[in-house]
Amino acid sequence: MTFTLEAVVAARGVDVSLSLGAAETLAVLGPNGAGKSTLLSVTAGLLRPDMGRAEVDDRILFELGPGRNTWSAPHRRGTALLAQEPLLFPHLTALENVAFGPRSAGVAKAQARATARHWLAEADASELAGRRPGELSGGQAQRVAVARALAADPELLLLDEPMAALDVHAAPLLRRLLKRVLAGRRAIIVTHDVLDAYMLADRVIVMEDGRITEEGPTREVLQRPRSRFAAGLAGLNLVAGTVTPAGLRTAGGQEFAGRHEDPPVPGQSGVAAFPPSAVSVFLSEAHGSPRNAFPVTVTDLEPHGDQIRVRAGELSADVTPAAAADLGLAPGVRVFFVVKAAAVSIYPA
Amino acid sequence: MNYRRAGAYSGIPRWALAMAAAGALFVLLPLAAMVARVNWPDFIPLVTSEASLTALGLSLRTAAASTVLCVLLGVPLALVLARGDFPGQRLLRSFVLLPLVLPPVVGGIALLYTFGRQGLLGRSLEVAGIQIAFSTTAVVLAQTFVALPFLVVSLEGALRSAGSRYEAVAATLGARPSTVLRRVTVPLVLPGLASGAVLSFARSLGEFGATLTFAGSLQGVTRTLPLEIYLQRETDADAAVALSLLLVAVAVVVVGLSYRGPAPVGGRAGSRPGASSGTGSPHARPADMRRAS
Repeated sequence: MTFTLEAVVAARGVDVSLSLGAAETLAVLGPNGAGKSTLLSVTAGLLRPDMGRAEVDDRILFELGPGRNTWSAPHRRGTALLAQEPLLFPHLTALENVAFGPRSAGVAKAQARATARHWLAEADASELAGRRPGELSGGQAQRVAVARALAADPELLLLDEPMAALDVHAAPLLRRLLKRVLAGRRAIIVTHDVLDAYMLADRVIVMEDGRITEEGPTREVLQRPRSRFAAGLAGLNLVAGTVTPAGLRTAGGQEFAGRHEDPPVPGQSGVAAFPPSAVSVFLSEAHGSPRNAFPVTVTDLEPHGDQIRVRAGELSADVTPAAAADLGLAPGVRVFFVVKAAAVSIYPA
Repeated sequence: MNYRRAGAYSGIPRWALAMAAAGALFVLLPLAAMVARVNWPDFIPLVTSEASLTALGLSLRTAAASTVLCVLLGVPLALVLARGDFPGQRLLRSFVLLPLVLPPVVGGIALLYTFGRQGLLGRSLEVAGIQIAFSTTAVVLAQTFVALPFLVVSLEGALRSAGSRYEAVAATLGARPSTVLRRVTVPLVLPGLASGAVLSFARSLGEFGATLTFAGSLQGVTRTLPLEIYLQRETDADAAVALSLLLVAVAVVVVGLSYRGPAPVGGRAGSRPGASSGTGSPHARPADMRRAS
């Protein structure tokens, strides 16, 4: 009872392979242009890959390649798509929109409406039944769109950044709704919000440049990120290099002393991860207890809660506004980032 | 665009207003000149003569039939041109739009060599006992030939600006392509379809050259109102003017009614369908046609 997908879309540089359990929700994370939406389009049948194969519960969705040419149309796939924008049909009421899926499947009008009412209720949108999409707020429309997707009884629900177009008040409401309806349901959710992955997904994959760069249970990926993108989502600095007995050596020769999460295997490639809050900023190299100090050039300063986040290339440090003023921090200033060895965790990549 | 609020910035240059006034006059002045020539005491008898009523009835019936034919043929054509992706698509569009720039007489000759007794298809049809040239069917075909591009252009524009995102969602919800067309695409482009149909009807109503060439001028069979007007002009100028006014009145009523008709139902994503405007959106079409021809 699984969904598997392998697909190559040469024009977009996408080459992915993934599988999904019967009641599993998978979050697809990654920067813009990584091919996340392409993955959904291929699955839904809206984009034909150059090569690949997908099946859901032993039913083949497509199989393309040398000598194989099976392609089932979007309406035969059972993969309802919920996009960033609700895309409710403007000429139909909310109820008729939700009844669209059942009606298309050949269900009688009265019964389709009953099904629609059920899913509108599930989506906390019963009171919107008689309204036209033009009379709904963004959050209300997206709730109706969720009900519409669920009413189609999809075997696989595809969500393409469903919260991205919502304002800060509507997004949490929809996220709670999705958490409830996605429980026990097979779904793929594309997002660039770590909170979505955390709340909604059992497992995450990280896509960068059309490839899957990281994959695993949500907790594990966020606690021990191996890709720079996942580290950014988890709010961690990430340095890649080679594992040494004392820590890690970067390709540039910088030594990081740290705490090995696993028994170290020197020579293996690994990463050092540490939070920006553990990084102190000095104008000169400081010596003391086991510390890592390395010279950097400040590239940006930005507010981060009640702290100021000091960015230096790929690394960042959090300092208080007072400290930033004392140090005279500004883009272009050369400083030392110092982090205690105990705050650096090192694990194989 | 929907509401003309007093004092709102319009952005129309002064000289454009003057030119627009000249343009409006250019259209209205000849109509006024014609109205001034109408023989009012005899107007009613002139337009209710048997020949006039027969011609008017024939015109309305054939124009209605060719509008239906335009919708049946034009909707799939516009769909294929707007959404399809195949070699020769641009060429096909050029040919479909050709009647817009072709003199109608040329269209009539072409039809004659297709459906005429000695024509490409005519010979086979003749064998089957069907004769098309110089019949009412020929009138409908001639009108459809010249009016079809109006529907295709207007609908293709509407389809393009509507995009196909709603259709993609509908498909993932399990709707077959025919269901998507019927329940999503057509309702979304209904304003474009309606104005295309009205333009086709108006063009059919005014069709003269192709009809005369391909269908002839038999009273009650192929002599439509424009042909009747042309014929009367030779003998009875008063009757010609009166009938011209009648044709203008019919055209104004049809176009006026239809443009006020259906409100634009969310032709574009995110537009509020509730905000209906007084008129449809006829402004887009002349530009489309110029591009097309």
